Amino acid sequence: MAVAAETIITAIHGDRVSLLRVLGPAHVWALGVGIVLVGEFTGWNFSADKGGALAALIVCWVVGLLYTSVAMIDSEVTSTVAAAGGQYAQAKHIVGPLMAFNVALFLVFAYTMLEVSDAILLGDTIVAKAGVEGLTHNSFIAATIVVLAWLNYRGVLMTLNVNFVITAIAYVSIVILFFSVSPWTQGAVLKLNELVTPGNALPYGWIGVIAAFQFGIWYYLGIEGTTQAAEEVRSPARSLPYGTMAGMITLLIAAAMTWYVCASLMPWEYLGITYYPLWDAGKLTGSALLENLLFIATLLAALASANGCINDAARAWFSLGRDRYLPTWFSAVHPKYRTPYRSILFLLPIALAFAFIADLNQAITFSILSGVLQYTFMSINIMMFRKKWPLGTIRRGYTHPFHPLPAIVLFCLCVVTFFAIFLGFGSQLIAMTIFYFLISLWFHFYRYRYVRRGDQFTMPWPKPQGY
Amino acid sequence: MWMALSYACWGISVVLALWMLYDWFKIDTTYSEEVLTSSREGELEAVSEKHRV
Repeated sequence: MAVAAETIITAIHGDRVSLLRVLGPAHVWALGVGIVLVGEFTGWNFSADKGGALAALIVCWVVGLLYTSVAMIDSEVTSTVAAAGGQYAQAKHIVGPLMAFNVALFLVFAYTMLEVSDAILLGDTIVAKAGVEGLTHNSFIAATIVVLAWLNYRGVLMTLNVNFVITAIAYVSIVILFFSVSPWTQGAVLKLNELVTPGNALPYGWIGVIAAFQFGIWYYLGIEGTTQAAEEVRSPARSLPYGTMAGMITLLIAAAMTWYVCASLMPWEYLGITYYPLWDAGKLTGSALLENLLFIATLLAALASANGCINDAARAWFSLGRDRYLPTWFSAVHPKYRTPYRSILFLLPIALAFAFIADLNQAITFSILSGVLQYTFMSINIMMFRKKWPLGTIRRGYTHPFHPLPAIVLFCLCVVTFFAIFLGFGSQLIAMTIFYFLISLWFHFYRYRYVRRGDQFTMPWPKPQGY
Repeated sequence: MWMALSYACWGISVVLALWMLYDWFKIDTTYSEEVLTSSREGELEAVSEKHRV
């Protein structure tokens, strides 16, 4: 009887237990920027190793264009398909179940591997700071993944409130560093004209710029994760485009400031191999305060990213269970905390296992590959969306301008990025392609028989044009 | 200090992991599977947005 009473109290929408709609635009910003900002603290700088300091700046702008297209396209589609799973739900309604299944796997892989990378980075940063013999990163990795999983288990509002605070502190630290080095005066602290010269700006020529795309992705990787909050924001049509676009603007500014300060303080040969470009920049200013601030900010950025990744990977996995693409067991919602608790718990040991056995470079590459596969899908998805449901046929919270230019730009830049990844990690690219092909066969010939085909399409849209 | 912090991290990880396992067991034995898996996609949209065919 007590159980029945509690069930009634916790349930919404009649007798259902659903995810809780409690988030606003600031949480969407915190989710997107929180996942991405770690890329300014490590990752983007490896593009300097591929093509020199100028190549890192060129890819900062060009990849910025790729992600601006991603943000615009995502904002339009998500403001219409407001469901957990984000791009998975979009693919299901616009392209079809097989594409949706693959997109969900792209999402889970991209976010879980990014979470693993974040945890390894956090552990390595603490070990580097401590400089104590015998101290390993394992305990810090375990604590990062388990504590953040617990936070996600306990509720989305607190999870993203925490993300907002720690992301804001990490972001402000970049701004403080930027203004502390007198960016308007070359020669005092910054020496860009000495470190980046016509002779060393592009040491490997334009092929180096192409190769730099692989790590240029890190400036913005994960901003599309805002859509996973679609079912938990109070006003999806308003909050998602607003939070995503604000996040993209924030990141473009952070990326430009980060490149300018780091390229003006370190030679490209060092910048391209260090794991801590911003922390190193803090050290090179000679200020202990800035050094410690950037150390703490590196940890906070890694935490915020891992936190957002757990949130997003769990929702993508949860959505697969809810549509019976995976066993429905995964679609359980916690009646008190209103979170996809079984999906969170299922992905926890997987993340831990990868974090303990995987190499940071491998984890990063798998994350980037899954992300780029997803962006390629998005360029095709928006073309089909506009063709099947032209403007005026359904209500859109946001309509992106210059269609189809952003989709074409996005597709072309994805092709360039695939080529860049092939240059550096060709075997992983081929292995992942084979994996997705085999898993698609399993889904098509085996798993799809369990899907209730009529139930999976939930958006109350008119019939698409041509059908 | 760093080694103590490392041991504290292991301790916190174990405690929180055990708590989540306990809560998972408690929830799964208290509520029926129908209630726990009753979430459906897009319900609010179905109420707030109606499109004519």
